[in-house]
Amino acid sequence: MSGGIPLSELAEVVRSKNAGPYELTLDIIFREKEGFDLARRSGIFTPALFARLYRIPEDRVLRVIEFPAALAVKATIVRPCASGDLGDSDVYGAQQHGPLLDIVVPRGESE
Amino acid sequence: MRILSPTAILGYGFPEASLEAGLARDPDAIAVDAGSTDPGPCYLGSGESFTDRAAVKRDLRLLVQAAGTAGVPLLIGSAGGGGAAPHLRRDLDVLREVAEQGGLTLRVALVHADVSHERVRAALNAGRIAPAGSAPPLTGEALDQTSRLVAQMGVEPLLAALAEGVDVVLAGRAYDPAVFAAPAIAAGHDPGLALHMGKILECGAIAALPGSGGDGLLGVLGDGFFEVEPLAAERRCTVTSVAGHTLYEKADPAMLPGPGGSLDLTGAAFTQVSERRVRVTGSRLVPSAGYAVKLEGAARVGFRTVSIAGCRDPVMIGQIDDVLATVRARVAEGLPGLGGSHLGFRLYGRDGVMGELEPRRDETPHELGIVIEAVAESQEEADTLCALARSTLLHAGYPGRLSTAGNLAFPFSPSDLRGGEVYRFSVYHLMEVDDPLELFEIEIVEIGGAPTQDAPPVSEARR
Repeated sequence: MSGGIPLSELAEVVRSKNAGPYELTLDIIFREKEGFDLARRSGIFTPALFARLYRIPEDRVLRVIEFPAALAVKATIVRPCASGDLGDSDVYGAQQHGPLLDIVVPRGESE
Repeated sequence: MRILSPTAILGYGFPEASLEAGLARDPDAIAVDAGSTDPGPCYLGSGESFTDRAAVKRDLRLLVQAAGTAGVPLLIGSAGGGGAAPHLRRDLDVLREVAEQGGLTLRVALVHADVSHERVRAALNAGRIAPAGSAPPLTGEALDQTSRLVAQMGVEPLLAALAEGVDVVLAGRAYDPAVFAAPAIAAGHDPGLALHMGKILECGAIAALPGSGGDGLLGVLGDGFFEVEPLAAERRCTVTSVAGHTLYEKADPAMLPGPGGSLDLTGAAFTQVSERRVRVTGSRLVPSAGYAVKLEGAARVGFRTVSIAGCRDPVMIGQIDDVLATVRARVAEGLPGLGGSHLGFRLYGRDGVMGELEPRRDETPHELGIVIEAVAESQEEADTLCALARSTLLHAGYPGRLSTAGNLAFPFSPSDLRGGEVYRFSVYHLMEVDDPLELFEIEIVEIGGAPTQDAPPVSEARR
């Protein structure tokens, strides 16, 4: 997207981890308040964004929240299967953050 | 009140210099988390520990010595990795060896976390069970299949154990912050601050920069605040590392449910008070209407055998899904009796890590790492299923095939590796109880060297 900043330039932490065996929580922690504020103002961090990135129905995105004390945006999704179930690809859920690195944060306000 | 957290998990290790630095600060207690469900269901299910015995012994030897020198209690939560009876027994055995070899006599409060199937069934029938998070509703069948059940204790049983004046509290499955918060709450500190501090301390230096699972933190609790700092001089706690850690592995950092109530962090403020130290204020405990504990249970699914092999042929890689479908059909024909078993193929290089969530699975890699996974009712059946899938895949023909000598590059001989028992989580639910202590039996034991004339008598086991 023209005029956007890749998330990897704004974020200090981009990670995924199980929140219990049935849910996967995704964290983006911004390096500076400026980047966090830009991200908030852009309005891009919605359940629809995470549903699209992970190609899941929107109702599997449980919540998207902001935690200003940590300059963080967090989304939690339902895991495709429980941790350790047959067919599970990532018992700890620690390597599912890849799609988040494709996020580009628009510079201006969203329409 | 100062609480020393030496490491993220008992057995992950820590530098002796860090422990010494912590002791120089006059801690009032040493506490450590000894378990987790992170590594998956098999440890709870089988009774095995995911923490290495020798590593746990090394850590315990140093911690018991430190606590003894400082004259403070040592609290260990979720003993043995899973916090059920066999895990608790494993860590007690190690503690016993440490005491005997060190010529020490230790009074230990064992706090059991095992829950009977009957107890849970009664609660289920009384409508006192609800799913935790996104777990499916609990059925009687799932309960029947569950091999082992524990409940996560809150601070209350630990407070009762501490009141016995023991040297060590060795607890089964516990709410992660509880062993860190209990000594502070016993001394009258605010539970919200104590539990939030416990949530940070329990992961040790993972909440510091540079992060480490093998190093510790010191927590200092004051009136209306707490502060955390790393033990090692070369690490520091920053607002980002500490506040960021509050987010860690939880769906909502602002409201963290636990036994007896939720930690409300909506008003929490994090301040950098020195280069290495962070102060936190505003954490509150909101008591729940009733008291619910989280139950964890695992059920055995079968036995696993795997085979790992690489493929470096572009023609095969380009039609790998069709090739695998052919292999499945051949295997099903060849082993009609193994209908209830599981055969999986993971393709590293395509979507091995993310599975169905992988957005880039249509890209064609130049090589694939294939893991064949067979799970069946017995180890022998799993071996047979894996072997047939492996040999079929090795020699499978497909349109346009050029590399007719064999489709797979095996790194090992033998190619098939036995994986042992496989479990799944079968219980992950909240159970209402009338009394926070009712599930958690406390047993006082004396271990180690022969007691002197002045040593107190061993107390009887009590609820």
